[in-house]
Amino acid sequence: MGAGHAHKLYRHGHSPVHALPAHCKIAAVFGFVLIVVSTPREAVWAFALYALLLAAVAAAARIPAGFLLKRLLIEVPFVAFALLMPFVAEGPRVHALGMSLSESGLWGAWNILAKGTLGVAASVLLASTTELRALLLGLQRLKMPPMLVQIASFMIRYGDVITDEMRRMRIARVSRGFEARGVRHWGVLAKSAGALFIRSYERGERVHLAMVSRGYTGTMPVTDEVTAGRAQWTSAALLPLAALAVCLLGWTL
Amino acid sequence: MNTTAPSLEVTGLAYAYPDGHQALFGVDLTVARGERVALLGPNGAGKTTLVLHLNGILEAGAGTVAVAGLPVAKRNLAEIRRRVGIVFQDPDDQLFMPTVREDVAFGPAAAGLRGAELEERVIEALDRVGMAGFADRPPHHLSFGQRRRVAVATVLAMRPEILVLDEPSSNLDPASRRELADVLRSLDVTVLMVTHDLPYALELCPRSVVLSGGVIAADGRTQDLLCDAELMAAHRLELPFGFDPRSVTAPV
Repeated sequence: MGAGHAHKLYRHGHSPVHALPAHCKIAAVFGFVLIVVSTPREAVWAFALYALLLAAVAAAARIPAGFLLKRLLIEVPFVAFALLMPFVAEGPRVHALGMSLSESGLWGAWNILAKGTLGVAASVLLASTTELRALLLGLQRLKMPPMLVQIASFMIRYGDVITDEMRRMRIARVSRGFEARGVRHWGVLAKSAGALFIRSYERGERVHLAMVSRGYTGTMPVTDEVTAGRAQWTSAALLPLAALAVCLLGWTL
Repeated sequence: MNTTAPSLEVTGLAYAYPDGHQALFGVDLTVARGERVALLGPNGAGKTTLVLHLNGILEAGAGTVAVAGLPVAKRNLAEIRRRVGIVFQDPDDQLFMPTVREDVAFGPAAAGLRGAELEERVIEALDRVGMAGFADRPPHHLSFGQRRRVAVATVLAMRPEILVLDEPSSNLDPASRRELADVLRSLDVTVLMVTHDLPYALELCPRSVVLSGGVIAADGRTQDLLCDAELMAAHRLELPFGFDPRSVTAPV
């Protein structure tokens, strides 16, 4: 079964960043992202400083640059959207490389690109230094609605089970000589998807039954009480605090 | 807890599903403390329906169910669900937490246990099924037999009065099947085992009851029931090819 599949983003390590409690890291990344998006887009140097801050965290976490950059590729669809903006936006235009580009569009593209990349990089850093399980517990400790945390943890637990079921259904189709070659076969695929949905739904009911049988009353018991000391909160706060200083400079300069 | 009352006492239990289909027509069943009883019966006999009454998932249309003297009723549900440990057929349904440890801890934690006491309970339960070394593994990385044993541990952790197993031997290879039998025999707990696996019933349960057509059709020594060809045929119960219940001495 897809053993590594749920943990692809995580990179095992023992750095100080790995050791911080998950909820401190989540809060720090969230603060950092908020500060980045509230920085004026004209302060180009500020974004360079943010990138340096993230690079420093990555170095402290001993995450190689190649590992980070590869995972940043997830941003590509948004980049494509940002690149379109200078062509479609209104306003005064500038001419470069023989093309007529909108000035506000260029600023808009830069804005999305810079802030988006920094946000994604920060999230990737968080994901590569924190296990999925710990992330969920962290969200729970940050008082995220328990229902959402439960849904997310069930997604992790049953993702593999459902993928496996899907694989078995595909094998069953192929074994009976079915191959999706064109539009005419889409009906079969749609029915398989429907069957998979119903199976998963029924599994959901059985899981709920098993939970109720063991005393589930609507909330998950919190079994681990990881608390963060002042020192841990302080080191987690370093990133957003440094970013805040840069941001304030960006507004005043 | 009332120590003189039987682990399970079902009297006159009848139930019809909301769509009108009646599954149980007055079931009477008493299981004494420490007994291991097999619940046999053809498909559609109402076995699952009966099991879902034991911990109050389904509400009796008529009749009563009591676990160690405590009647199954809305006001007692939390305690009833602690006393009745149901192990469902598919361990993937039963093991819903990200790690084995958290899954075994779920029941006791829902009952309010925390900290060292909880950890002790988890390790004790895993120890009894021989899975203590797997506490930090995600359930989907275990073999099917291991998952089934962890599923047993998840209910043992609640120190149940009665363990109810739904098809415990299904999908197990012979070695896992024997390992599970060893585990079940070593437990000092009342067991009600729903199964189609008649040799397994003979191996583990001195007593069997046959549920057929929504009533208890027979109740007696497992060996006697399996040797009664007429009874077996009447309730669509069949022994595997080449298996003669007369030829084996069931371990006690």
